Amino acid sequence: MYRVVITGMGIYSVIGKNLTEVKDSLYQGRSGIVFDPVRKEMGFRSALTGYLERPQLKGILDRRMRIGLPVQGEYAYLSTVEALNTAGIDQHYLDAHEVGILFGNDSSAVPVVESVDILRQKKDTMMIGSGYIFQSMNSTVSMNLSVIFRLKGVNFTLSGACASGSHALGIGYLLIRQGLQEMIICGGAQEINAESTASFDALNAFSIRESEPEKASRPFDRDRDGLVPSGGAATLILEEYESALKRGATIYGEIIGYGFSSNGEHISLPNVDGPVRAMQKALKDGDLRPEAIDYINAHATSTPAGDSNEATAIDQVFGQSKPLVSSTKSMTGHEMWMGGASEVIYSTLMMHHGFIAPNINLEHPDEITSKLNLVTRTKSTGFNTFLSNSFGFGGTNSSLIVRKI
Amino acid sequence: MHHLTGPMMQKDEIIRKINQLLIAEIEIEETQIHPAADLKKDLGIDSLDFVDLFVIVENNFGFKMKAEEMTEVKTLQDFYDYITHRINPN
Repeated sequence: MYRVVITGMGIYSVIGKNLTEVKDSLYQGRSGIVFDPVRKEMGFRSALTGYLERPQLKGILDRRMRIGLPVQGEYAYLSTVEALNTAGIDQHYLDAHEVGILFGNDSSAVPVVESVDILRQKKDTMMIGSGYIFQSMNSTVSMNLSVIFRLKGVNFTLSGACASGSHALGIGYLLIRQGLQEMIICGGAQEINAESTASFDALNAFSIRESEPEKASRPFDRDRDGLVPSGGAATLILEEYESALKRGATIYGEIIGYGFSSNGEHISLPNVDGPVRAMQKALKDGDLRPEAIDYINAHATSTPAGDSNEATAIDQVFGQSKPLVSSTKSMTGHEMWMGGASEVIYSTLMMHHGFIAPNINLEHPDEITSKLNLVTRTKSTGFNTFLSNSFGFGGTNSSLIVRKI
Repeated sequence: MHHLTGPMMQKDEIIRKINQLLIAEIEIEETQIHPAADLKKDLGIDSLDFVDLFVIVENNFGFKMKAEEMTEVKTLQDFYDYITHRINPN
C-alpha cells in the first residue's frame, strides 16, 4: 500500500479566486451569496445564489481549447493552474510522466439548452458548431483539461450528485494507494447559472431568505430554511508520498481514510444510517478511533432535514469525543458537484494556517444540532486531522479523512 | 444576421470578408493569411474548424456549404473561389 498526499491545491470560488483570498474569507467568515434578479424574472422561487465572475481566457488558451469549455470548465482550468503551480508541476513534468485526472461533475446545462435552442431555430444540426458537444457532456472538465495539459494517465469524470468532488478524491486516493498511478489531478467543478438550478429550485429546497442573502445559508441554525446553490471549481494534486518527497514538494496533508455508502432509501430525503456508515468506514480505512478526528467539515447545506440527520449521525459516531464541527457552506453556499473537493481544500487551508472557520449565521442551534461542538466564531487552533462529509441525491455518501504530516 | 450577399458583391469584397472572418472567428494570425496557404497544414484548420466554418459561412454569406464540395478546397485561394462561385455562380 502506498501513502497518498496532497501536494497542490487551487480554488476558484465565490469566496475567493485563489488560495490566499479564500483563506482570508474563511478566516473572516465572509459570505459569497447574492440575490440574482434574473432568476426572479425567470420565475425562480428563490433568486439566491453564489456569485462568480466568468473567467476571461482569451489570450490565455487558444480558440480550440476555449470553445469546448463550459463555464465550470473555465473555473476548473484556473483552479488547476493554481494547483499545478503550488505543486511545482510544469508542462515539462506532465509531458514526461503519466499524470491522471479525475473530476467530479454532474451537469452541464447551459450548452445543452443553447445548442437545442439553435437547432429549434435553424432546424439544421450543422448550425450548432463544434464546441457544444464537448461543453455538454458530464465529462467535460476531465475531457478538456486532459487535452489542455496533455495528460497521459487515468482520465474520467465521476458523477455522484453533491458528493461528486469527494468521490473523485476518494477514487484518486485508492488508485494511488494501489500503486496504479503516481499523481492524479483531482477535483470538482460546478456551473453557476439559472438553467442548471431551475429544476432544483422546483423542489422547494432553496432558502427564500432573499432580503438577507448573506444570512440565507445558515447550516445547523434553528431558523435555517434551505440551501443556497453555488459553484466554482477546486483542484487538488494527489501524489504518492515517496514521489512527493523525491520532488521536494510541499505536503499539505495526507489522505488516510475514504468511506462511502448508499442510503438505499429515498431519492432526495437524507437519512442517518448512510452517513454513519460512510464515516465509520472512513475511520476503519484509516485504522482510526473517533477521537483521532479533531475537526469535521460537515456536509450541512442549511436544509432542515439534512442538517438534522447529519448532526444525529455525527453525534452517533463522535458523541464521546465531540470534535469541532462547522459547515463552510454557511459562507460559500452549496457548491454541489464541487463541494467535496473544495471543502477538503478549505479544511486543509485551515489546518495549514491554524484556525477553524466559523459556521456563520449559526445564532441558535436547535435541539438536535446543539449536540455538536459547533464553531460559530473563527477559532485559532492548531489541529492535525479532519473529516470532510459530502452527501448527495440518491443517498450517495462520502467521507474523507486528511491529516497533517 | 447581416448577409453580404447579392449580385453586386465583388470578389475582392468577398476575399476581404473571408479574411476578416478567419481572423476574428477562427483566430488565424493575419500574417498567415496568403492565397497559397494550405488550410490544414499552414492555417491549422482541422475537421472541427470546418464545422465552425459551416456556421460562419451561413451566418455571413447566407448559404450552406456542402461537405462533398469542400473536399476539393485545399488552399485559401480554393476557398475564396468556392465562396465566390457559390455567391456568383456565373
